[in-house]
Amino acid sequence: MGVGNPNRAKAKSGIVRWIDDRFPLTQMWQDHMSKYYASRTLNFWYVFGVLALLVLVNQILTGIWLTMSYEPSAEGAFASVEYIMRDVEMGWIIRYMHSSGASAFFIVVYLHMFRGLMYGSYQKPRELIWLFGMAIYLALMAEGFFGYLLPWGQMSYWGAQVILSLAGAIPVVGEDLVQWIRGDYLISGITLNRFFSLHVIALPMVIIGLVVLHILALHDVGSNNPDGIEIDQNKDENGVPVDGVAFWPYHVIKDLVAVGVFLTVFCLVIFFFPEGGGYFIEKPNYEPANSLKTPEHIAPVWYFTPYYSMLRAITFPLFGLDAKFLGVITMGGAIAILFVMPWLDRSPVKSMRYKGWMSRLWLGIFVVSFVILGYLGTLATTEGRTIVAQLCTALYFLYFILMPFYTRMEVTKPVPARVV
Amino acid sequence: MMMKKLFLLTLVMLLPVFAQASAGPAIQLDSMQADATDKASLQRGMQTYVNYCLGCHTAKYQRYIRAAEDLDIPEDLMTEHLIFGDQKIGEQMTSAMDPKLAAKWFGATPPDLTNEVNLRGADWVYTYLRTFYVDESRPYGVNNVVYPAVGMPNVLAELQGVQSKTCGDVAIVDLHGAAVMDAQTGAPMTEQSCEIFSIAEGTGSMTPAEFDATIYDLTNFMAYMAKPYKSDSQRIGLWAVLFCIMMTILFYFLKKEYWRDVH
Repeated sequence: MGVGNPNRAKAKSGIVRWIDDRFPLTQMWQDHMSKYYASRTLNFWYVFGVLALLVLVNQILTGIWLTMSYEPSAEGAFASVEYIMRDVEMGWIIRYMHSSGASAFFIVVYLHMFRGLMYGSYQKPRELIWLFGMAIYLALMAEGFFGYLLPWGQMSYWGAQVILSLAGAIPVVGEDLVQWIRGDYLISGITLNRFFSLHVIALPMVIIGLVVLHILALHDVGSNNPDGIEIDQNKDENGVPVDGVAFWPYHVIKDLVAVGVFLTVFCLVIFFFPEGGGYFIEKPNYEPANSLKTPEHIAPVWYFTPYYSMLRAITFPLFGLDAKFLGVITMGGAIAILFVMPWLDRSPVKSMRYKGWMSRLWLGIFVVSFVILGYLGTLATTEGRTIVAQLCTALYFLYFILMPFYTRMEVTKPVPARVV
Repeated sequence: MMMKKLFLLTLVMLLPVFAQASAGPAIQLDSMQADATDKASLQRGMQTYVNYCLGCHTAKYQRYIRAAEDLDIPEDLMTEHLIFGDQKIGEQMTSAMDPKLAAKWFGATPPDLTNEVNLRGADWVYTYLRTFYVDESRPYGVNNVVYPAVGMPNVLAELQGVQSKTCGDVAIVDLHGAAVMDAQTGAPMTEQSCEIFSIAEGTGSMTPAEFDATIYDLTNFMAYMAKPYKSDSQRIGLWAVLFCIMMTILFYFLKKEYWRDVH
């Protein structure tokens, strides 16, 4: 007779059985791998979740090794990064894996989110998956922001200066708040030390925790698919979804192909284009931080630039609030509005395949606006660019604000009973 | 199908944005292609660096011994000819000059140059070092085309000679470098330019071609110093990419095999 919970799946004998009597090993394996069924029709767009997990592992492992040689002080930070690049054996590979990995993380996460928008992966019953995912995105942005200060180059310093000063736009408490975050009257070694702590301990823990919640919620309700059809409504006599395929080995091996392609591209970047044309590592960052010398043109890293553009697009005061504060609200609002996605989409269907032309058009407009904003955010402003940014910001918000209307008004196509 | 259309539509809508992006810098830089495999060039470049630059500009992240290994310079030769003062070969390339005094002499401490090529690019360095010209209004009597009002004297003048910039007529050339002829007279066309450089005869020890070659070597060395791992990176990178491609092909056939019975 076994011990422990008798209601769960257990191995027949051996060491696994011994563990199963004390820990739900076989049960967990089945729940999350061998008996977790996802539609056989998952396409290209479904690989980015796994890739995000791969990049997370990459960031954590390379981060551990970087921390072994990095020195979080205003005097030593820049030199210690040079030390890693030049004197530490294979240090340059580890550092480039980490710096390119940060950009790769945002690339796969943006594509992952786009997949969700396209196939309605946030709709009932997957609202919590979406919310956990958005929380990961938020934590990831904080992680990227704190991490970017650590090399202590000119762009690290002034980029952080610009972003931190945003909090200063909050009326009444702003300036005190900024000083409290910085821990000093200007960005200094004290700021660097706390950012280091947040970057290597606090946020990684938050992100890992949220990723676990994200996956647990996903595995409870099951993956969506390009048709937006719940596969567990068609089960065979064994209770297995007819259109489902087990995650292990089918989806895992399918994902391995994507992993192979991703690693090929990733290796091309880290070995041949590690600076990503100045977008992954910005040129001014080869000069140590200098609080007395402002670079000619300050641009945040590319993954923040869409929001940075929105901030700069607000050039006018309104309702007695000044332009900068309104810009900050716009920026925050642009991220906050993504959280309520599941409640804005009133369409009876999930997938873009069966939605009407208005949904498709608005998704297209949204993506184009986001990319244009991102691109404009890397450039200095001109009058013309500001107008384009204002237009794109308006379109970005209209995609969400009008969604309850166009998703209800439009004629949808009939959804088939089974995936196609 | 629909998604492909959507994707194409997105690309088309983005085209005007990217097309607008290619606005170049105001000053045309001379292009130079760094070659990390040309050890002789790198050795000559390092020699020029320690003789003409290191006196003021540290390269404090570069170790002598690493350069000795990477550039195939025997350690005894390095110690004898390229390391001045009482520095050891395991040390970094620092300067004997007191940074505080330097700031007083030049208005600012001469910057460390280990990362100069990363910061400004090889073309910039290559052009900068060759475009000093006489300008009596400047404290050191020279100015620079790519770095106007630079605070540095032209330390390479003894090699290059005294270069001055004058105005005059120059031949108009087309995109391929061929002279443009006047359609009516058939004579070469000229235009007014104030970017004519000339070197006073007998003031430099090198011909213009020799000097350009010296600056090429120096810039090549500085490009090496900016990314000493670059040749390793290209060597390892090739194998890494090939491995990943092989792995992907293997996974692809594995996937096909596993999915054969899925319908």
